[in-house]
Amino acid sequence: MRIGVFICHCGENIGRTVDCAAVAESCGRFPGVAYSIDNKYMCSDPGQNVVKNAIREKNLDAVVVGSCSPHMHEKTFRKACADAGLNPYLFEMANLREHCSWVHEDRIEATKKAIELTRIAVEKVKRNDPLSPIRVPVTKRSLVIGGGISGIQAALDIANAGFEVVLVEKEPSIGGHMSQLSETFPTLDCSQCILTPRMVEVYQHPKIKLLTYSEVENVEGFIGNFKVTVRKKARSIDETKCNGCGNCQQKCPIKKKAYSEFEENLAFRPAIYVPFPQAVPNIPVIDRSVCTYYQTGKCQMCVKVCGREAIMFNQEDSFVTEDVGSIIVATGYKLYTIDKKPDESAIKGYGEYGYGKYKDVVDGLQFERIASASGPTSGEILRPSDKTVPKKIVFIQCVGSRDEAKGFSYCSKICCMYTAKHAMLYKHKVHEGEAYVFYMDIRAGGKGYDEFVRRAIEEDHVKYIRGRVSRIYEENGKYIVKGEDTLSNMPVTIDADMVVLATAMIAQPNAPKLAQTIGMSYDKYGFYNEAHPKLRPVEVSTAGVFLAGACQAPKDIPESVAMASAAASKSLVLFGSDFLEREPTIAKVNESVCAGCFYCQKVCAYNAIEKKEIKDRNGNVVKVIAYVNSGLCQGCGTCNAVCPSKSVELIGFNDEQIYAEINAL
Amino acid sequence: MEEKKFEPKIAAFVCNWCTYTGADLAGTSRLKYAPNIKMIRVPCTGRIDPVFIIKAFEKGADGVLISGCHPNDCHYNTGNFHARRRWILFKELLSFMGIDSTRLHFSWVSASEGKKFVDVVTEVVEKVREQGRFEKYAKINEEFVIHE
Repeated sequence: MRIGVFICHCGENIGRTVDCAAVAESCGRFPGVAYSIDNKYMCSDPGQNVVKNAIREKNLDAVVVGSCSPHMHEKTFRKACADAGLNPYLFEMANLREHCSWVHEDRIEATKKAIELTRIAVEKVKRNDPLSPIRVPVTKRSLVIGGGISGIQAALDIANAGFEVVLVEKEPSIGGHMSQLSETFPTLDCSQCILTPRMVEVYQHPKIKLLTYSEVENVEGFIGNFKVTVRKKARSIDETKCNGCGNCQQKCPIKKKAYSEFEENLAFRPAIYVPFPQAVPNIPVIDRSVCTYYQTGKCQMCVKVCGREAIMFNQEDSFVTEDVGSIIVATGYKLYTIDKKPDESAIKGYGEYGYGKYKDVVDGLQFERIASASGPTSGEILRPSDKTVPKKIVFIQCVGSRDEAKGFSYCSKICCMYTAKHAMLYKHKVHEGEAYVFYMDIRAGGKGYDEFVRRAIEEDHVKYIRGRVSRIYEENGKYIVKGEDTLSNMPVTIDADMVVLATAMIAQPNAPKLAQTIGMSYDKYGFYNEAHPKLRPVEVSTAGVFLAGACQAPKDIPESVAMASAAASKSLVLFGSDFLEREPTIAKVNESVCAGCFYCQKVCAYNAIEKKEIKDRNGNVVKVIAYVNSGLCQGCGTCNAVCPSKSVELIGFNDEQIYAEINAL
Repeated sequence: MEEKKFEPKIAAFVCNWCTYTGADLAGTSRLKYAPNIKMIRVPCTGRIDPVFIIKAFEKGADGVLISGCHPNDCHYNTGNFHARRRWILFKELLSFMGIDSTRLHFSWVSASEGKKFVDVVTEVVEKVREQGRFEKYAKINEEFVIHE
């Protein structure tokens, strides 16, 4: 063998703790190493040229670079090898930076370890085989999960680029939380006015297939070639017949049995309902848990009034499978409800604020509905309890956010802004009213955001009090808010008519389940993890899956929209070529020794192991052995570990290579 | 003369996606740990054949650490579950064969747990340092070499 070893100083990053020249010198004496040298920056153009020239001039047949993590520059050096005519897989990397110079202090020990790490890589590379990438076709179609503003934006961007999109929404209508909002900060333009045209565009777009009241059940395959199973929940309505006239809704005798989810429990809805008038699609669903027909077998009022015979009481959940090349996850958030029954998370609740107990203590989304022109009060600010105009209103920020003791340690990011908006909307509608805001800090970073909060304070005279509220109790029809003004160090008592809690944004309760279905990771709060916090913010570690909006972390509308467009463009990058190159490091079966026990098949998570019949010249089956489908195999190597006869090997990480590494330890 | 502190040799088999990346993060965060540990990168803990561990002990490792993605977070969906089952049985088998199974350590370290990686390594190094050289195994190995 003629192996070349190249040790990088990484400026001072490695060189400060590791004697790189000594490492290069020692490595030069390893058997098989023909050339060994150190360099200031291996990844730079001159550094790569050192590798390329050495391959040509010294006639190298394998290369080891001792530098940073392979996650950083493996691709860079593989390409350099390929440029010089060496198969890129005859290359290994020793991680001398992240795993050595940065974590150790003793120069002698670190140098010793660097030599050992390089030796391990040298021993491995001796057993590497030349490989070429696997080419797989790309399905130029995208799945978007979640029909909120993020999902809508992503779907429209991809569809407008000319590619098909399947948009899956679990609720009966798309629109998400944005459709519930009254006005949006910092411009105070009406949320529905800017959103509904987008919703209609989605519905009418020839490239978008909309599946509402549906959930992703299963995801198989890999980048460019996902097979997704979607469960279409039974609406109890024939979607092809319904024309959205709304007669059934009006005639449904169930009037006060079910709270409207869209109105955040501030109003009732019938058993057969469309969540809100602008819903897309404008097709109702039957809530079987309250419908008289499903409870007693009688009624059928909706059937009588439906002129199109669209009611289907016996409709069942159906399943559709979709082939897509990329998946955009835009499942959004939930507002933390500090109800009597708290979510199963680490919440201990805010019982002292009386949420769920006092009707006039509401959360942010409930206030949005109260302030909304399409809401239960038609936009008049009225107390839910007695429908009177509150003269004094108290807003409390950071309920559940930035509170490790009772809630979550993260900042929900949008509450400072929407509380300022709420207080402003109130003051615009109730001129003589008084608005108080209890805050911890004002976090108003963003274009026009700080100006907006200043406007609330200076022009609309909202009184901001820096401090926490300890207790809220009812006395003579008033809500006594006890708190502290930490700027004057004085206790504060306000006899409010209504209280609005800016509760934390939390991850969807079933976020981990979807993460496991798709193969994403999530943080301890249930928000999805991006592949890199700075440089790959919309990708996840599973190739071909992208994130958009608040499912990744709390964020406002402009940020969600920007992220959605970013995710869409990442998908479009994928659709830019007909074929995709995949790493050739997958499993391979040695057909002559495979005994056909199929243990490998049992442990394979991708159904990549198939049965192959070996026939003699007369066409009789001699034996049945395992066969790896190279399109499906992801290269985890679990099959290799369980194979009793060691007939299946993981290319690039085969037994021989790993034993060589262990021997070199 | 002051006796030189025993420095154990520890082999680690870590998965590419979680623990290896977590170790990268420990480096990027400039956290410090003992240099006694050397890592062998495999795609997934599911790839780790129990024989690798035996081989590492045979080659003079005083301790072995296996670490991968947390249960349910496996990059390959289920690889770590297979690994977990395997270790439960394998540890029993080691004990049955008279090999000290306390020298074999398992942990789950995710890509975001640089600090946890350092804690795990430090704990393992400390523990193995206390246990001293894996004489028993080293002896078997020496005898084996002689017979050869």
